[in-house]
Amino acid sequence: MKVIAAMSGGVDSAVAAARAVEAGHEVVGVHLALSSNPQKYRSGARGCCTIEDSHDARRAADVIGIPFYIWDMAEEFHDGVVENFLSEYAAGRTPNPCLRCNEKIKFAAVLDRARALGFDAVVTGHYAQMRETELGRTMHRAEDPLKDQSYVLAVLNKDQLDGAVFPLGDTHKEEVRKEAKRRGLYVANKPDSHDICFVPSGNNAGWLHDRLGTETGPIVDEDGVKLGEHQGAYTYTIGQRRGLNLTVPAEGGAPRYVLKIEPKSNTVVVGSHEALAVSAIEGEKAIWCGPIPTTATEFRGFAQVRAHGSPLACTYSTDGNSISVTLNEPLFGLATGQGLVIYDGDRVVGSATINATA
Amino acid sequence: MGIYFDHAATTPMSQPAIAALNEQISQLGNASSLHTQGRSVRKRVEEARENLARIAGSGPSEFIFTGSGTEANNLAIKGFYWKRIRENSERNLIIISAFEHHAVLDPVEWLESHEGAHVIQVPVSSVGVIDLEALKEIVESNRSRIALIAIMHSNNEVGTIQPIREVVDIAGDIPVHTDAVQSFGKVDFNFDELGVTSATISGHKVGGPLGVAALILQRGIDITPILHGGGQERDIRSGTLNAPAIVSFSAAASAADHDRDVSYREVRELRAYLIESLRNRIPDIQVNGDVLPALPGIANITFPGTESDGLLLLLDAEGIASSTGSACSAGVPQASHVLLAMGISERDARSSLRFSLSRSNTREEIDHLASVIETVVDRARAAHLRH
Repeated sequence: MKVIAAMSGGVDSAVAAARAVEAGHEVVGVHLALSSNPQKYRSGARGCCTIEDSHDARRAADVIGIPFYIWDMAEEFHDGVVENFLSEYAAGRTPNPCLRCNEKIKFAAVLDRARALGFDAVVTGHYAQMRETELGRTMHRAEDPLKDQSYVLAVLNKDQLDGAVFPLGDTHKEEVRKEAKRRGLYVANKPDSHDICFVPSGNNAGWLHDRLGTETGPIVDEDGVKLGEHQGAYTYTIGQRRGLNLTVPAEGGAPRYVLKIEPKSNTVVVGSHEALAVSAIEGEKAIWCGPIPTTATEFRGFAQVRAHGSPLACTYSTDGNSISVTLNEPLFGLATGQGLVIYDGDRVVGSATINATA
Repeated sequence: MGIYFDHAATTPMSQPAIAALNEQISQLGNASSLHTQGRSVRKRVEEARENLARIAGSGPSEFIFTGSGTEANNLAIKGFYWKRIRENSERNLIIISAFEHHAVLDPVEWLESHEGAHVIQVPVSSVGVIDLEALKEIVESNRSRIALIAIMHSNNEVGTIQPIREVVDIAGDIPVHTDAVQSFGKVDFNFDELGVTSATISGHKVGGPLGVAALILQRGIDITPILHGGGQERDIRSGTLNAPAIVSFSAAASAADHDRDVSYREVRELRAYLIESLRNRIPDIQVNGDVLPALPGIANITFPGTESDGLLLLLDAEGIASSTGSACSAGVPQASHVLLAMGISERDARSSLRFSLSRSNTREEIDHLASVIETVVDRARAAHLRH
């Protein structure tokens, strides 16, 4: 195949590109410039959009012996990921920008462009496995449970996954580092990236404050009694316990948690841990990574609602566009806007955006 | 072996230049030393200086060797600016053309942001020639405030040669610097006849080695140095002379000068053949800056509806090297400031490639380009639509 290897400048994508070459593919390395002003984004080894990172990616491509180009995706990234991140927070939801980036940039804008230029697929350093099964080509969890990224890839539909190659899914991260070293890739010991690449300081709340402004609002209990104030409801997350600065202590001193964020009235509702319990989850805008499950039928499976969350045993059903989940055991604290991913064993069935919980 | 259409970026070393470099690089001696070895190297350097000066139409003492064309341009611009403003604190104005190379543009912008310089850019026409009337007006209404005028001898992206003789007339006693990196060895360039105060030429653009260039600076004019040290090169550019590169540069210049007229004709014909071959396949191409006088080998072409980085990638995959305008420090492709200055739309500027030819190119190579260009352009158009 002719493939584009998306190279962030990190160790995973470098090894993925090298493996694609070894597998006999014709590989062209591409680094995505996600900011029109690269200095604005996080510097050093932690992020994925700096000048140093583009140099690291270029050097890795040299070592591997493949052509290398930089593609300007700043506009697409700003419109599809950064703006979405802000508007979701402003609407009281908790978005995952990595999901959006995979959905709108890496396996949409980049894959489309690659296909138009005559390439067959995009290779990335994501940890997930594509397998040929009786259900066709399906996506499965990675071998390394600590690095498994199938959750953030579950926003890809069948067509996008047909244009995706993940050479690292069968390997543990430590092996990948050793392999990078063996291959003479300078990035072998580069630290993993964390947090959100376009928030330079890692200070999410401060970054949101700068962009969404500060607006004082009440923190209330479930009966509407005011317990304190906040500087912007969007900086809170459902289930959050710390940093509430409540002036009125709870009866019996029990800790209180964020239960609800109401963006219109700029109100944060807090309450007991029990009140956070969620047993039913509704997701909208379903995306199927393989065959669409029979509608109006109950299946047993697992739901995952955070990138590094545990799989939760559940039953689920769908009408094709939305997914309804009933958890076997309640979950405490779940924000709307997060991604709901359904697994059948280690196979990714599909995903949806959480729009209601009960 | 790939097909190389990027000779304006750098071009293969000529055989005489390689021979000279190989011979000199094994010679011991620092040209500044007084002993036998030093004198022996000094002699070779001075012979090279005299030969280069003869070819460039200047005096040998007017040659200041530097490590790159960028360094020579920086030396001229900062050197003149600091000298002139020290003589008269009113003189903080720098006049440049709107489509200078970054090696001129960026030091000027640096002086603007760090040293309080003011800058006026002379507009250029849609075919890539500076507007002399505008220059005249600018100079006449600001004469006493102007530190220097810097206008390139020929444009590196579109190849058009600028009316430097007229610029010098308009300037009068104001120093005029010209970046002649692309012109030297390819078209008529004579320092004395032009009457400029200083000019930059570079070794690797004429078949010499990388890492050697020169600022030709009129005798009797001392500009403020940037590098201080051993006092080499009239105390204007300290640093041990790179004798092997200088000797090789001289050999390359001799070879280029010897063949210049034949070479110009051949390369010009190749360029015409390239444009015709591309136009036969892609009728709506536009050739930017397609006027005379010009460098023989540069064809800057807009392929409407494409994106140049897609074109470049696909041509590279076919073994054909071409070039886009330039990239920012992170490598993100930018619309060429040269084409924008010529009034070409951002969209067309982003759809343009520069092919730069030399005598070593062949019609067969151009035929190969023509045979793949339709597929390449179709794909680049599809990619652009989806982008």
